[in-house]
Amino acid sequence: MEKVEDLKRLFVVSASPHIRSKHKTSMAMRIVTIALLPVLAYSTYLYGLRVLFITLISIIAAVCAEALLQRMLGKKITVADGSAVLTGLLLAYNLPPGVPWWLPAVGSAFAIIFAKQLFGGLGYNFINPALAGRAFLMASWPSLMTKEWLSPIGGTLSGIDGISAATPLSLLKNPANYGDPQVIIRQLNDFETIRNLFSGNIGGCIGETSVFFLLLGGLVLVFLKIVDYRIVLGYLGSFALLAWLLPTQGSVLFHLFSGGLILGAFFMATDWVTSPITKKGRWIFGIGCGIITIIIRIWGGYPEGVSYSILLMNVFTPLIDRLTKERIFGEQKKKGVKK
Amino acid sequence: MILAILDAMLSGFAGGVHPPENKNTDECAIEVMPMPKRVYIPFSQHTGKPARPLVKKGDDVKIGMKIGEADGFISAAVHASISGKVVDIVDHAHPVIGSALCCIIEASDSEDWVKEVSAARDLGSLTGKQLIDAVKEAGIVGLGGAAFPSHVKLSPPKEKHIDTLIINGCECEPVLTADHRLMVEHAATVIEGARIFQKILDVPNLIFGIEDNKKDAIGLFKQEEVRVAALKTKYPQGAEKQLIKAILKREVPRGGLPMDVGCVVHNVGTCHAALMAVKFGKPLIDRVVTVAGDGVKENRNVLVRIGTPVNSVIDFCGGYTTQPEKVILGGPMMGIAQYSDAVPVIKGTSGILVWSGVRAVEEGPCVRCAACVDACPMGLMPTEICSFVKNKNIDMANAYGVLDCIECGCCAYVCPAAIPLVHYFKYGKSEIWRKSKT
Repeated sequence: MEKVEDLKRLFVVSASPHIRSKHKTSMAMRIVTIALLPVLAYSTYLYGLRVLFITLISIIAAVCAEALLQRMLGKKITVADGSAVLTGLLLAYNLPPGVPWWLPAVGSAFAIIFAKQLFGGLGYNFINPALAGRAFLMASWPSLMTKEWLSPIGGTLSGIDGISAATPLSLLKNPANYGDPQVIIRQLNDFETIRNLFSGNIGGCIGETSVFFLLLGGLVLVFLKIVDYRIVLGYLGSFALLAWLLPTQGSVLFHLFSGGLILGAFFMATDWVTSPITKKGRWIFGIGCGIITIIIRIWGGYPEGVSYSILLMNVFTPLIDRLTKERIFGEQKKKGVKK
Repeated sequence: MILAILDAMLSGFAGGVHPPENKNTDECAIEVMPMPKRVYIPFSQHTGKPARPLVKKGDDVKIGMKIGEADGFISAAVHASISGKVVDIVDHAHPVIGSALCCIIEASDSEDWVKEVSAARDLGSLTGKQLIDAVKEAGIVGLGGAAFPSHVKLSPPKEKHIDTLIINGCECEPVLTADHRLMVEHAATVIEGARIFQKILDVPNLIFGIEDNKKDAIGLFKQEEVRVAALKTKYPQGAEKQLIKAILKREVPRGGLPMDVGCVVHNVGTCHAALMAVKFGKPLIDRVVTVAGDGVKENRNVLVRIGTPVNSVIDFCGGYTTQPEKVILGGPMMGIAQYSDAVPVIKGTSGILVWSGVRAVEEGPCVRCAACVDACPMGLMPTEICSFVKNKNIDMANAYGVLDCIECGCCAYVCPAAIPLVHYFKYGKSEIWRKSKT
C-alpha cells in the first residue's frame, strides 16, 4: 500500500446510488393530509363547528398515544413522520358528526396502540389503523356509531325532502320502515338525490359525504402517484359493474356516491402499508374490495361495507403479494428452458 | 397512470426513473491532459483474471509498451500510458476492488512512444481473426463501465447466431457527457470502429442507440447514414438488457447474455478505442473522463492517461473548491464512492464527480409504497428482497431474483424511506456466491 500521507484526504463512502429523489415518507403523509382538508372544511360548513372539534380530538389523541407509547417502550418518538396525524384524521372522517367527544379519543388511541404500534409501528401494521379503530368503536358502541347523525345545513339526512330519519344507505336497506318503499326507492335514484350525494348534502360520517371534494383531493393524489390508480380503478370499477349486474334497488350512481366508498377507495384502500406491492396484486386488492363491499351492501347485515371490505383485503395482502410476484425481466414462460 | 403506460411504451422498457440530468459539461470539448508525473496502472482493470506483469522494478518503459499480458481468454493486456521508469510494482488503492497490484511509472522528461503511431493501416486486407487479435493485443475492454474484455464479446460461440450489433451511445447516467462528446467530436472514428466490429462479427444489422437528449449526436450519426435508434431519455436506458429490449423488442433470458437473443452490444467509446488500435496501432492508454461537481473548480471533459491519480486530474481541472466530502468514480447512479483521491483512473472510469457536501439521510422503515417495485427495470420486488437479505434469508432473496439485479439504483433512488437497497443487494449477492463456493 501507499504511504499514509498519500491517502490523507479521506472522503465519505456509501453504496450507489449517490443521488435520491425528493420523495420522503413524511412529505407524502403531509400531502395526503392536505388533500383531505377541503373535505374537512366543507364538512364543518355542513354540520357545524362540532366536526372540527371531533377531528381535532381524534388527531391529538392519535399523536399523544403514539408519543406516549413510544416513550414508555423506550423507542424513538416518530410522530413527526405525519402518519399518526393522518390516522387520527381518517378515523374522525369515519365517525358520525354527533358522537360524544371521548369516542374519537378512544378510537384513535386504540388504532395507534393496538393496530399500529404493537405490531412494530409504521410499516409493520397489517391492517389499516384508522379502520381498525372504527371497527373497534362499531363493536363497542354500535348505537353511538350508527345513530348520531346530523342533518346537513339546508338539507336532510337522507338527501330526500321530508325524510330525516335515516341516511341514504339505511333507507335503501329498509325502505319500508320509512314509508312507501316504491316511492322511496324512486326518490333515492332521482337526479335530485344523486346531486345531493355528490355535493355531500346528506347525513353521514364526517369525511365521507362530499364526493366532490373527495374526488378533488383523491385525483390529485393519483396524479402525484401517491395513490395507486390500480387500486382505485379496480375497486370502483368492480363495484360499479356489480352494482349494475346484481339485484339491488339503488342505481349505479347512487351506490358509487353514497356511503364511504369514495373516501375508502381513494384514501383508505390505497394505504401503502396495508395494500399489496405487486402491480397485479394491487388490481386484485381493489377488485376484492369492490366485490366484498357490494356483497355487504346487498346481502349483509350492515347498510355499508366499505370499511370491512378493506380490512378483509388488508388481511389477504401478504398472501396476494406472495401469489402475484412480478414477472422478472427475461423470465421464460415455458418451464425448463433456462433458469 | 396513462403517463406511466406511455412512458413504458415510448422508452421501450418497463420501470426506470428520471433523475435530473445535470449534464452541464455537454458543451465542453474534450481537453487533452498532459502526461502526469506518475501513473499507477493496475494489472486488474477489467472483468476476468488480472494481467500478468511483463516488467519489473527499474525497467524503462515507453508509451504504448505492453506491461501486462492477458492471462487467459477472459483477461486483457495493459500498456504503459507514459514513458519513464517503473519505480515499483506494488499494491495500491484501486477504485473498484479497494486495492490491487499496480505498476507505478515515474515519467521521463520526454514523451516517447514504443513505436511511432503508424500511418493508417489498410484494414480491408485484414481478416476477422487478425482484427480480433489486434483488439486483444491493444487491451481493449468495454469502456461503458463494466470493462469486459472486448475480444471475448467479439468471439461468440459458433452455435450462437448473431444478427445485430448495437452500439450503445445512451449515456443514461446523469452528469456524464464523455460518450456524448466523443460521439460529437469523433463521429467518423466511432462509426468506423463500429463497422470493424460489424465486420468481425459478420452481422447484417448495425444500430446506434442514442438517447434523445443528445440531438446533435443523433443528427451527426444520421448524416453518416448509419441506423440510429433515438431512444427516450430514461434511466437506465443504457443498461444492456434494457437497450436490447428497447431497440429490438427482444428479452435477454434470465441469467443469459445478449448473444442468446442474437445480438452483441458495444459502447461508443470502445468502438473509438478499437479503431485507434487496429488502424493506428495505438493501444488503450487513455480515455475520456467527465470531471464534474461543485467540489472541483472547472467542470470539463478530459482525455486522461490510464493510471493517472484522481488528484492529478483534479489539479488539471483547477483543483478542489473546498475540502470535498465525496468523490465518485463513474456516474451518480452507479459510480463508486472513493475513500481517497490517490486512486488511479482506469479503463472503466467514465467520470470523476466531486461533491463538497453530502446530505446524510437516515434509513426509515419501509412503508411498502411499492415505488421500488414500479421503478425496477428488471421486474424485481426490491423491498421484499431487501427484507430477506436483512433477515439473512439468503435462499429467499435468491428465489426472488436478487442475482437478476443490475444494481442500477432506481429502487434506492425513489425510496421515500431512504433505504439503501442496492447496498443490501450487493451484500445478498456476495453471500450467495460465498455459499455456492463452499
